[in-house]
Amino acid sequence: MINLLGLELYKIARRPRTYIAFVAVAAIVLVFQLAFLADGESYMSLMLQNVKDNFDMESSKAINGYFMCYIILNTLLVQVPILVALIAGDAISGEANMGTLRLMLTKPISRLNIIAVKFTAAFIFTLVLLFWMAIVALLFSIFLFGADDMLIFRVRSEESFIMQIAKDDVMWRYFAAFAYAAVALTVISSLAILLSVFSDNSIGPIVTTVCIVIFFTIISNLNVPVIDKNIKPFLFTSYLVGWKGFFYINTSEEGQPIKQSLENWPAIRNSLLVLLTHIVVFFSLAVYFFRKKDILS
Amino acid sequence: MIKPTFLMFFLLCFSAHSVHAQDVEVLLNAVKKKLDKVNSYEAEGTMKTNVSFLKIPVSSIKMYFKKPSKVKIKTTSGLSFLPKGAVQFNLNSILSDGDYMVIDGGAATLKSSSIRIVKLLPKNESSPIVLTTLYILPEQNIILKSITTTKENGTYELNMTYQKYKEWGLPDQIIFAFNTKDYKLPKGITFDFDDGAAKKKSKPALGNKKAEVLINIKNYVINKPIAEEIFK
Repeated sequence: MINLLGLELYKIARRPRTYIAFVAVAAIVLVFQLAFLADGESYMSLMLQNVKDNFDMESSKAINGYFMCYIILNTLLVQVPILVALIAGDAISGEANMGTLRLMLTKPISRLNIIAVKFTAAFIFTLVLLFWMAIVALLFSIFLFGADDMLIFRVRSEESFIMQIAKDDVMWRYFAAFAYAAVALTVISSLAILLSVFSDNSIGPIVTTVCIVIFFTIISNLNVPVIDKNIKPFLFTSYLVGWKGFFYINTSEEGQPIKQSLENWPAIRNSLLVLLTHIVVFFSLAVYFFRKKDILS
Repeated sequence: MIKPTFLMFFLLCFSAHSVHAQDVEVLLNAVKKKLDKVNSYEAEGTMKTNVSFLKIPVSSIKMYFKKPSKVKIKTTSGLSFLPKGAVQFNLNSILSDGDYMVIDGGAATLKSSSIRIVKLLPKNESSPIVLTTLYILPEQNIILKSITTTKENGTYELNMTYQKYKEWGLPDQIIFAFNTKDYKLPKGITFDFDDGAAKKKSKPALGNKKAEVLINIKNYVINKPIAEEIFK
């Protein structure tokens, strides 16, 4: 099993498309960082709006490494599922396309093991990609912009507000957010692997996964009350942004943030459970259909 | 023809008003004299901001003042939202130029103390201040409260509590209240995670357009030279 996993990881590492994800992440992050180095104050002015009429605030201190990483993840974690689908969508269908699937199944390895290894390899790829994101988006941003208290701009119902998290209270939130993101992206991997079972070429499952993610994400962000109430809770994309919950700091009755606190841990936990359920369902379906599949290629 | 009794009444009223105006000018000069003893100061403290759209922690601050009206507040660590119009914190700034008309606002009771109300009207038409009302404790020549109405930035209210530095006219606590504008971000701009958390009811019923900043000050270092760079 370990040998098989090593082999699978070797195959992923040998594929040029694997590195597209790393280059794309680095390029997007770099563009963000350069843009904010050049004119981050304009963005901050937009977000602060008329707060600056009544309060003096050093925007340059607010645009720090922690804030930059949050802004980057806000954008990137919508795009990264596409990059994850590029690898996971190829898992079974790629083998079928090259004709190696039939050969692989002649070996004394169960179909469950094959799927489990493919799934584990895709999970490891996701972890490595997130680790890479942490290096370029968080550590490199801290290197460029320094570290200070972090501002979170938030809209809840009809209320807009700004939360400030002390700099010594930020790092554990990033660890938790990246761990959450790993679970969220694994949902995409398992969906892509499931779709990959039904196809004999790589393009189909990759494109289908990307289309599902984009379609669901658009619906999740429509902000129409009917959809918010009746459809949004049933879309896994609504829970992909749950990592942000780790940055929603709880406040006292007087509105002061409470260090080391979360505003709504049960909501984050429930979102995690929904995502984990999706992983189990997608993986089980993939195993079920792969076991029943006639290997004709 | 004006009746002599009416003329007498008019003269009496006018002279009574002049006496009162002189009284409050004497009182104001006494307050000013007390504040004039302070050429500069440096103090430490904490600042708590109470605004519905700002969830920010209590910050440690340092306050600096230098005559005639230089005031600077700096936070000792982290990000800070410092209220503009901070110059109002120092009453020397209001009283220093002396270019105002003093009007007696009568006597009243504030924080169970008998106080005198003094209104200052700037003589200069280009002054950003329209009217300043001071609530003075006459026995100790200290200002307990001031309300300043400006032309462009609304009304600022200061409530002061004195303890250790009463003889210098320097407060230990300042509550600075002012109006703010609404803060509203467009929906969808922040891609929020809808955690279903119910909107928290804030304790202060200040509403969305009221702000209150509470400053507790300690460790005044009075009349110690302060470098000009601090105020830049």
